[in-house]
Amino acid sequence: MKPISGMGQYVPTDSPLHHLDAAAKIGLAAALTTALFMASGFAGLGVLAAAVAWAVASSRVPLRAVARGLGAVSFVVVFTLLANSLRWEPAVALLRIGPLAVDAAGLRTGAFFAVRILVLVVGTTLLTLTTSPVRLSGGLERVMRPLSWLRVPVGDLAMTLTIALRFIPTTAEEAERIVMAQQARGAVFDKGGPIRRARAYAPVLVPLFFQLFRRADALATAMEARCYRGTEGRTRMREERMRGVDWLVMLGLGAALVAVGWFL
Amino acid sequence: MALTLADITCEYAEGSPLSYRALESVSLSIEPGELVLLLGPTGSGKTTLLRAAAGLLPSSAGTVEVDGVRIGVRGAQRAAVGMLFQRPESQFFALSVEEDCAFGPRNLGRSDKDARADGRAALAQVGLDPSTFGPREPWTLSGGEARRAALAGVLAMRPRYLLLDEPTAGLDAVGRDSVAAVIERTRHTAGVLVVTHDPDLLIRRADRVLVMSEGRTAFSGDVPAFLAALPALTATGAAEAPEVLRTLMLAERRLGRAGATPTLDVDEAASSLARMCAEGGVPR
Amino acid sequence: MLEFAEVSFAYPTATAPALDGVSFSLEPGQLLVVVGANGSGKSTLARLCDGLLTPGGGRVLVDGLDTADVSLVWDIRVKVGMVFQDPDDQIVGTTVDDDCAFGPENLGLPPEEIVARVAEALTSVGMDGLERREPHLLSEGQKQRLAIAGALAMGPRYLVFDEPSAMLDPAGRRSAIAIIERLAHEQGHGVLLVSHDAADVARADRALALSGGCVVFEGAPEDLLADAALLRACGLATGSMGVLGERLRALGLAVPVGALEAESVVDALWP
Repeated sequence: MKPISGMGQYVPTDSPLHHLDAAAKIGLAAALTTALFMASGFAGLGVLAAAVAWAVASSRVPLRAVARGLGAVSFVVVFTLLANSLRWEPAVALLRIGPLAVDAAGLRTGAFFAVRILVLVVGTTLLTLTTSPVRLSGGLERVMRPLSWLRVPVGDLAMTLTIALRFIPTTAEEAERIVMAQQARGAVFDKGGPIRRARAYAPVLVPLFFQLFRRADALATAMEARCYRGTEGRTRMREERMRGVDWLVMLGLGAALVAVGWFL
Repeated sequence: MALTLADITCEYAEGSPLSYRALESVSLSIEPGELVLLLGPTGSGKTTLLRAAAGLLPSSAGTVEVDGVRIGVRGAQRAAVGMLFQRPESQFFALSVEEDCAFGPRNLGRSDKDARADGRAALAQVGLDPSTFGPREPWTLSGGEARRAALAGVLAMRPRYLLLDEPTAGLDAVGRDSVAAVIERTRHTAGVLVVTHDPDLLIRRADRVLVMSEGRTAFSGDVPAFLAALPALTATGAAEAPEVLRTLMLAERRLGRAGATPTLDVDEAASSLARMCAEGGVPR
Repeated sequence: MLEFAEVSFAYPTATAPALDGVSFSLEPGQLLVVVGANGSGKSTLARLCDGLLTPGGGRVLVDGLDTADVSLVWDIRVKVGMVFQDPDDQIVGTTVDDDCAFGPENLGLPPEEIVARVAEALTSVGMDGLERREPHLLSEGQKQRLAIAGALAMGPRYLVFDEPSAMLDPAGRRSAIAIIERLAHEQGHGVLLVSHDAADVARADRALALSGGCVVFEGAPEDLLADAALLRACGLATGSMGVLGERLRALGLAVPVGALEAESVVDALWP
């Protein structure tokens, strides 16, 4: 039973951001995304970056946890920066490497897009860092609820998400045990080319899928025995609602973010 | 000749706020032909120790040696140390029992024909007739049969040391006895280390007992010494007493006295209890 | 009363019936243990109790409600709670209290009542203080107690356990069986316990043994425990404690056949 750590995983510190309703946080993340794509200059981007930095600071989440989320997208950021700033034999250049060179205009564009991605990732990671999986799926359900008018099975989707969250650690443990059991029987997973490696994993996937299907079947039976019959007529123990303060924060801050994007 | 673990310390998620130490300076040695029981409550580090012994954990500190050679992640020593994981029947992947049993030997580089022969021999060793059970689909076997077939998959590699993680968990009495009988036979060809929650399992046949508690060694010694240490070990929750002995211990506690020799022998236990009754012990 | 009347059942692909003419009844407050070897039909019998399966022949009645009547199936499932062998197959929620609330939520109860039921159910299995724990961080014993709490929160009159202690260590098993016994004898649930542990049989009020889908024994647990051949055929063994009991009786001490645990032997010797 070892702790599993991953990108953007919930960090249960205590802060105003943790107490903010999940749906409000989803709304704010949406406002931030909109603002980032509307902002046309560094001034707007700077204000949005500062807002996100302030949110990170007030969340009391260790910077290491935030950085872990960035590690995964660092390649995209670097690629964006290079792809936009490198020119082929330009007339004026800041730096030349053979025929390739970096000029001021390219650097500006590259930096703009790179910062935009960084701010976006930090902002959205903050959502999952400060919201427990249960609250997050509950919040998503409420945000998506209007879609049920279009006959989208919102409740069932939320239940699916909850079950997926519940079974990630269980399945990870199972996969680890199968991999180790086969290593103990001489299987090698880390040698050879990509095809050979992929083939080595086939004997892992067979029992893993077998187990998953068996478990899915057993779980369906157990849910039926506990009277699950879709979400109609279902109530929730923790029916979370947007309080006045949640509406205020979401609409106020959200509008401010979008305004920054619009005007700057 | 021995499988030796020295000063094994293992920490998960080291350096992070979630880090936790699963093993703290644990040492252990098994010789071929020995049967060693590894006991301890859930989460005491038994499974982690077993994985370290199989060379499956890059342990933070300490060494694992097989017959004087340091064990690594390379395949060479894999042939020497076999390990059966918990609920192994959930790990079958081949379409036939025989095919599954040949997986290990084939990974060791044996020819297809030899690997199959090894698999069939191992099936016979665990008491499953190769011509009846070999062609069957693994998931059609009963609990005890499936467990033994999985064990055959490990034995087919002819390991000199065998590590078993709760080999009888979840089986009924008949399945449990059939697996215990195979383990008893196997010790003639290999050193066997068995992790179990069932204090009655194999205790009469074991050479030594190791008790783990919170990642440390709470007890290590032979069976008589283990029985003598049981009152202390049960008091801290590190070990469970075999039921017959637990009856004796409970009777003594009820009567507020001590002194009966700790025993696994049923006749001896019965006469001890009868004596306590005859001496007119009155419960406190 | 939960009643089986001449119940038969066959799986669509099977050649032989899984159950053949099984009759018995279970009263509230009673602990009935069902034993049998692999493939004897125990799990099928458990699934017939709440309409997860419906009989091919005969009838299953829960307080007079027929499980074959599709319109009654949800009423029946509220009356009959199920706990399966592997708790990981039945825990749905991402935290302990959310899982426990799953059943009551499905019944459409108001939130205040769900909170009260969850608290009561978790208390009765000794899981107070673990409400916000994630299931994968629980021990196997705690997971199984959570599964029991999840069934209890539905407010059932009958509880069906399908080998609930097969995955547990001795301490976990003792605590699970103690809870199960209390649910029957103190809280008045009718409990059907499928088991392959002889010690569980000793604690029951009545025992039912299945073989090849037929009832081969129904009666007092002591009579089943005294029949070594039948026990063996059902995959059960009384082990060294059975032998200890025999030796003590041979020495003239009054130890009942059902005393298969340290506590029950000592209680018999020093009442």
